Amino acid sequence: MAREALLDIRDLSVSFTGYRGVSRVLNGVNLTVGRGEKVGLVGETGCGKSLTVRAVLGLLRKPRARVRGEIWFAGRNLVGLSAGELQLIRGREITVVFQDPMAALNPVFTVGEQLRDVIARSPRHQASERETWARAVAILKEVALPDPERILHAYPVQLSGGMRQRVLIAMALVNEPALVIADELGTALDVTIQEQILQVMRSLVDAKGISVLLITHNLGVVRETTDRVYVMYAGSIAETAPTADLFRAPKHPYTQGLLASVPKLTGEGVPRGIDGMIPDYLSPPPGCRFAPRCPFVQPRCQQPPPWVEVGPDHALACVLYDGAPTGLRS
Amino acid sequence: MRYSTYLLQRMLLSVVVLLGLSALIFLIARVIPGDPARIALGPLASRTQIASLRTAMHLDEPLYRQYAYYLGGLLNGDFGESLYTRRPASADLRELFPSTLELVVYAGLLMVVVGIPLGILAASYRDTWVDTTVRLISLGGVVTPAFVWAIVLMLIFAYALGVLPVAGRLSPGVVPPPVVTGMITIDALWGGAPSTYFDFLRHLILPAVSLSLAGVAQAARLTRASMVDIAGRPFIEAARAFGISEARIALKYMLKPSLIPTVTILGLDFAALLGNAFLVESVFNWPGMARYGVEVILHKDLNAIVAVVMVMGLFFVVINFLIDILVGYLDPRIRLRQMEDAA
Ligand SMILES: Nc1ncnc2c1ncn2[C@@H]1O[C@H](COP(=O)(O)OP(=O)(O)O)[C@@H](O)[C@H]1O
Ligand code: SF4
Ligand SMILES: [Mg+2]
Repeated sequence: MAREALLDIRDLSVSFTGYRGVSRVLNGVNLTVGRGEKVGLVGETGCGKSLTVRAVLGLLRKPRARVRGEIWFAGRNLVGLSAGELQLIRGREITVVFQDPMAALNPVFTVGEQLRDVIARSPRHQASERETWARAVAILKEVALPDPERILHAYPVQLSGGMRQRVLIAMALVNEPALVIADELGTALDVTIQEQILQVMRSLVDAKGISVLLITHNLGVVRETTDRVYVMYAGSIAETAPTADLFRAPKHPYTQGLLASVPKLTGEGVPRGIDGMIPDYLSPPPGCRFAPRCPFVQPRCQQPPPWVEVGPDHALACVLYDGAPTGLRS
Repeated sequence: MRYSTYLLQRMLLSVVVLLGLSALIFLIARVIPGDPARIALGPLASRTQIASLRTAMHLDEPLYRQYAYYLGGLLNGDFGESLYTRRPASADLRELFPSTLELVVYAGLLMVVVGIPLGILAASYRDTWVDTTVRLISLGGVVTPAFVWAIVLMLIFAYALGVLPVAGRLSPGVVPPPVVTGMITIDALWGGAPSTYFDFLRHLILPAVSLSLAGVAQAARLTRASMVDIAGRPFIEAARAFGISEARIALKYMLKPSLIPTVTILGLDFAALLGNAFLVESVFNWPGMARYGVEVILHKDLNAIVAVVMVMGLFFVVINFLIDILVGYLDPRIRLRQMEDAA
């Protein structure tokens, strides 16, 4: 893409050593997020989306997790930074809105207490108690929470799921990071509330010019929110394209299956799913990891698939698009 | 619903528990074989002596009236005379309970200020030599009875090294402070006698340490287990993702929720020290209620037994009450539920 990349993940691999052997989960992930860009990362549960987030934040514990590759952020490679340097980036330059609003807030501290500790991380904010409090009230107003004072004094159990999710958004945005990663934002909530939450999030990041990596298994959310999408399967990127292109003309067999499995309001018939499950990371297929489930599998798929550019910003990992026209697909 | 309503209801409940305890011990005392009047007067007493004492003790009246008399006595702090010491049991306890309480409070303090930090240390350096060391030590602490520690520590520090006194509460020649509470810590400091206080502390170290070691070990184990459990919760990863420092995460975001189960169990352990102090008091010749309790049981001294049981019951009830408040303070979910239940 033409825009300068804020986050540039290059050939990221993560493996875990456990008593049953080595799980090679992330397998050469490449992903970029430009400044001010909203990028989606989709894939079914267990494909390694949250793991990518933890790798970016440097939250993987060293002896068990092995991280290879590069994660460039604002001109620095985060892989290999010290724990202290990474801590300075987390909560200030990169923040996360977590998946489960029930679980991501500490149950024994008030919202105000937790928000205050996040605000205290701001480099701009060597603030007095009163300023910090004012900042907390202001951000809760920005995420459209009524009666911020009351919410700051409340414990998480006293709030609804939607309110907690807004609190988490407030925590992620209050220090005005360059990049916010939303991991399954609102998927734990019902659809109308999820829609409101996404609306709040969109308007705030647009107003502040914050880049977004939106992680979800919900394609509808991606379609509404993002500029560009990555489709992940079993620890690697299957396809990437501008959002509109991807939905108009999905090319990778997995993407096609994924889109077909979304029930269409206008379409008729039963949605086609993808048979089978994500492979075991202890012994994944040697070539294309999608091969065991792919309707177009062929002998060549036993080799790692090539990365093929098929259009502007549109590329994918599949032998079907590798040079020689197959005649089968377009 | 207001928190004060909850506290009030909780206090009423405690009173009900104590009443139940008093009824239970009353029934037990009446059911066990042997005529209390004969036991009191001894084998040489005449029939008429016994008959008149039975009348004086209301033993010929119906059970419910006997209970009423007995309860009236309890409320006035009158437990009757101890057959063993030939003094009012209440007078014995007024002397001995503060002395045991003081021992138990210091032991409890050690459980908290040594045990919990050890647990935090072990959890923070999980799976390193620090963790292994703490776990080995606390395993030893849990499996070794207090009186074994008492004897071992006494042999080492009092006999072999001679750095600490062998027994008692004060050195010979040290004048005890005027009795205000019966606890030397308070009485000595209150009376402006710090040297007496320090002499007392030197006497206190060995018994308090022996009594507390199992609890210290338990506190360390519980705190470690609880912290390790909490460390895996999503809100801890979230705190880390917000760049909160590791120290703050451990001492604030992990510690407070970790203390909830720990406090509940430690509170009960602490209350149990009051009875467990028996052997430690015996080894160190500490004038305390636990030792007294065992002696009066061996002497079938009913009045004194009732007195000891009621004081212990009161202590348990008070400690339980305090634990409930503390747990409610630590865990807002519990506090909110407490208030709902009080509605
Ligand atoms: N600490 C870990 N140890 C071993 N395997 C892990 C660990 N964390 C994640 N994984 C593996 O990585 C896979 C991807 O997990 P995750 O990133 O949470 O998936 P997603 O967010 O896409 O649903 C999981 O199926 C799991 O097997
Ligand atoms: S590389 Fe082969 S198995 Fe993989 S998606 Fe393409 S056709 Fe299917
Ligand atoms: Mg996930």
